[in-house]
Amino acid sequence: MDILTLFVVIPVLTMAGIILVKDMNRVRVIAAIGMGIQLLLSALLIFLYVSARKDGNTDEMLFVRDLVWFKTFNIHYTVGVDGISVAMIALTSLVVSAGIFASWEVDFLTKEFFVSLILLATGVFGFFISIDLFTMFLFYELAVIPMYLLIGIWGSGPKEYSAMKLTLMLMGASAILLLGILGIYFNSAPEGGQLTFNIQEIARHTIPMSAQYLFFPMTFVGFGVLGALFPFHTWSPDGHSSAPTAVSMLHAGVLMKLGGYGAFRVAIYLMPEAAHELSWIFIILTSISVVYGAFGAIVQKDLKYINAYSSVSHCGLVLFAILMMNKTALNGAVIQMISHGLMTALFFALIGMIYGRTHTRMINEMGGLMKIIPFLSVAYVIAGLASLGLPGLSGFVAEMTIFVGSFQHPDLFHRVVTIVAVTSIVITAVYILRVIAILLLGPSANEHYDHLRDARWYEKVSVVTLITFIAVIGMAPFLLTSLLSTGIQPIIEKILAYAPF
Amino acid sequence: MSLKDFLLMRQELLLITAALLILSAEIFRDPGKKRSPNLFAIILFAMVTAAGFLPAPTGAIFGGMYEVTQTSLMMKNILNIGVLIVLLQSVTWLGKDENAQRISEYHVILLSTLAGMDFMISAGHFLMFYIGLELATIPLAALVAYDRFSNKSAEGGIKLILISALSSGILLYGLSMIYGTTGTLYFDELAKLFKTGNLQILAFIFFFSGMAFKISIVPFHLWTADVYEGAPVSITSYLSVISKGAAAFIFIIVLFRVFPVIIESWQKLIYVTAVLTMTIGNLFAIRQQNLKRFLAFSSISQAGYLLLGFIGGSQTGMASVIYYILIYVFSNLAAFGVVVAVSNAKGRENIDDYNGFYRTNPGLSLVMLLALFSLAGIPPFAGFFGKFFLFTAAAEKGYYLLVLIAVLNTIISLYYYLLVVKAMFIMKNESPVENFRSDLSTKLALGICVAGIVIIGFAGIIFEVIRNASFGV
Repeated sequence: MDILTLFVVIPVLTMAGIILVKDMNRVRVIAAIGMGIQLLLSALLIFLYVSARKDGNTDEMLFVRDLVWFKTFNIHYTVGVDGISVAMIALTSLVVSAGIFASWEVDFLTKEFFVSLILLATGVFGFFISIDLFTMFLFYELAVIPMYLLIGIWGSGPKEYSAMKLTLMLMGASAILLLGILGIYFNSAPEGGQLTFNIQEIARHTIPMSAQYLFFPMTFVGFGVLGALFPFHTWSPDGHSSAPTAVSMLHAGVLMKLGGYGAFRVAIYLMPEAAHELSWIFIILTSISVVYGAFGAIVQKDLKYINAYSSVSHCGLVLFAILMMNKTALNGAVIQMISHGLMTALFFALIGMIYGRTHTRMINEMGGLMKIIPFLSVAYVIAGLASLGLPGLSGFVAEMTIFVGSFQHPDLFHRVVTIVAVTSIVITAVYILRVIAILLLGPSANEHYDHLRDARWYEKVSVVTLITFIAVIGMAPFLLTSLLSTGIQPIIEKILAYAPF
Repeated sequence: MSLKDFLLMRQELLLITAALLILSAEIFRDPGKKRSPNLFAIILFAMVTAAGFLPAPTGAIFGGMYEVTQTSLMMKNILNIGVLIVLLQSVTWLGKDENAQRISEYHVILLSTLAGMDFMISAGHFLMFYIGLELATIPLAALVAYDRFSNKSAEGGIKLILISALSSGILLYGLSMIYGTTGTLYFDELAKLFKTGNLQILAFIFFFSGMAFKISIVPFHLWTADVYEGAPVSITSYLSVISKGAAAFIFIIVLFRVFPVIIESWQKLIYVTAVLTMTIGNLFAIRQQNLKRFLAFSSISQAGYLLLGFIGGSQTGMASVIYYILIYVFSNLAAFGVVVAVSNAKGRENIDDYNGFYRTNPGLSLVMLLALFSLAGIPPFAGFFGKFFLFTAAAEKGYYLLVLIAVLNTIISLYYYLLVVKAMFIMKNESPVENFRSDLSTKLALGICVAGIVIIGFAGIIFEVIRNASFGV
């Protein structure tokens, strides 16, 4: 078995193990062990990938494995990774492991919770390793559907409404996406020959313009909804605020990245001409996402809502950068995905921990937490500073790269939207500092909270791990960019072959 | 005609033999002793099913009225598997006191309708087709009215027989016009003689409407919900899966074999009816409270998706239709299997009754979850692959708008399937369905269904086998 397929097999085995054991404590342990192995495996993958590149392997995708699935439609199970997918896989295993620790205290239907959570992770891992559109789509839907149960059963607040809204909107998007994928498939061999779902083979041909105009918007919107593209972002605040902690972490941290990843790996890479022609529409929409999300966060009182809107803003920035279609911005987009994944996972984990102690998420009902639970509060400040783009943390690197990239466009339109998007940094600072001021500093709002217990060991593990990676990317971004460069190169070449900006 | 030729009909002959054996076994039954001939019937039928998978010769007899092709063999095997599951599911229900004296009738009637479907699928002539169709329909009315103490059951039986008579009349009228304009009813000759004259198009429309009644395509679907609700649950599952599947099989064969000349006309008809069937089936399903009615409307919309495989007239289209019905057999029978089990044990059939079902009966809830996800087309369950290929077959011929309507419909259907999931897993209930143990046959039936739902999609070879047995216009 190849190393990439293991990324799907191990979660499946973990689920089987969880189903078989009876004792609830063992359920958690098995989940943690399974995802721990997954984490080690991604470290191994990074190592193997980097050493293969050092040995001069210049293939676009490494560790490729190709099995015929349905011969009639030329559907294959094809897996392979480039630098971008390796980075996303590493991010996923990190966030999932942190999520397992963050949900250590789930005591209601524990078994089912961990099975659903790991099923979701399986879908995400499978998505990132696929280079066949069919396999990719299969894993995409696989990742979305457990959300319904996870939010519906273990969520809080208007959970049934949020779960239904989220599921229907995301599955609706995937329905549009299905049409886009079928369109790509039937135009994948314009000069005649075998039709294919394989992304690399499709990229060797040029899909006819008339088809591109039709299917680019479908594919982009299909993925964009998961990336919280305005005006289809409304599932995000409701979904995130109702979801249990680990699910919010995984969803905002990883699942939303599926949208951004798919948008450039499928929509833009395979249909660059239409992307050039139509990008202005989506650039406007994503700029709205960026600014609107940030403004939305300012007026919220619920910690989770604040973060959900902040995710809309930050994920909007990912799509914004992808649409700039140059190397710098695309680099920034991927760094932003990783950075936001870590940061938002940290945020949601901390919110979950605070909520577990105070049983409220309303910021005006709490205050002065810095004195009471200093560890969690300091971690919260660090997450906040990363979010508002403080140099030295990952957010700065990402946003800086994106804005430099988008400002490289010499024309007025791109510069204006860049300026509009840049304002989000200021607005972000407002809502982050507002939360820190009310929640962490100031007088204690409720004397019942004066004797809360600070983080336990398993909470510290997940928090410290996430912070470490945020800081490492912030201070040594070249580690990440050198990993990404080989992945971004062929995509950029394909885009620029049509129109060097 | 030599014996060898005669044995071409081995599938039907075996079925009839099995039915007769079951009937004769009744003679030797000790009337005072309570004993169920269930096991005997099921073993016999399992043998018939197994025999269907043996390699069989193809050919035609009775001067071409009856034909055995790879396609028809494949279709009969799929129906056999489905019927076997239905028989297993009905054991508990037949074991009840009120049915004790009438178990053999049930099996004999069921098997003779199946024989009718087999003849229908193997027809090479419209008369043979019509005889098979009637044999498949009329005894069904007796089964629907099987529950002697229920008004609704009797009402359902009457409705079914009236609707069948009406639709058969319409169909026959169409056939008579076909005969009048061409002078033959042989499929092969018709394929050459059938032209696009006005009378012939009219004849085709009559034929189409008659078939649409059987598959319950909108606007010919109005009988479905009432009959499904009235019939005993085991019969409902038979009606909605086997009976409908067989009708869809013969419909696609006839369309592709007999009417390729007027393909443009029937493509338009199918386009319109597919949109109506999917949309109306789905919209009505949302409001249903009774699970049988709920599944009735869901099965109407599933028939709408099936039409997407018809429309292109391609080999992949037919393959995806057969493949989808195979998957539909497992998925829908799994859903019905749970409803049957709960209905037999506790007599509860409403969606509200399933509130909190997971707490008390986790096993059955999970089976239901798999079945509903498969029906909704969620990966990695078989229904996803089935729907994907149907959509691909339609998109292949450029029907993107139709595919768009279909995928939007899958979202509507996902909504109401999730309502059931919500009831089982999320809602709380003061008096949930209590925990109960299902007997071995129910477990076996559900086990087969679950295995089918989980495995079929991953075994790509199944689709290839089906495709090799299919043909295009």
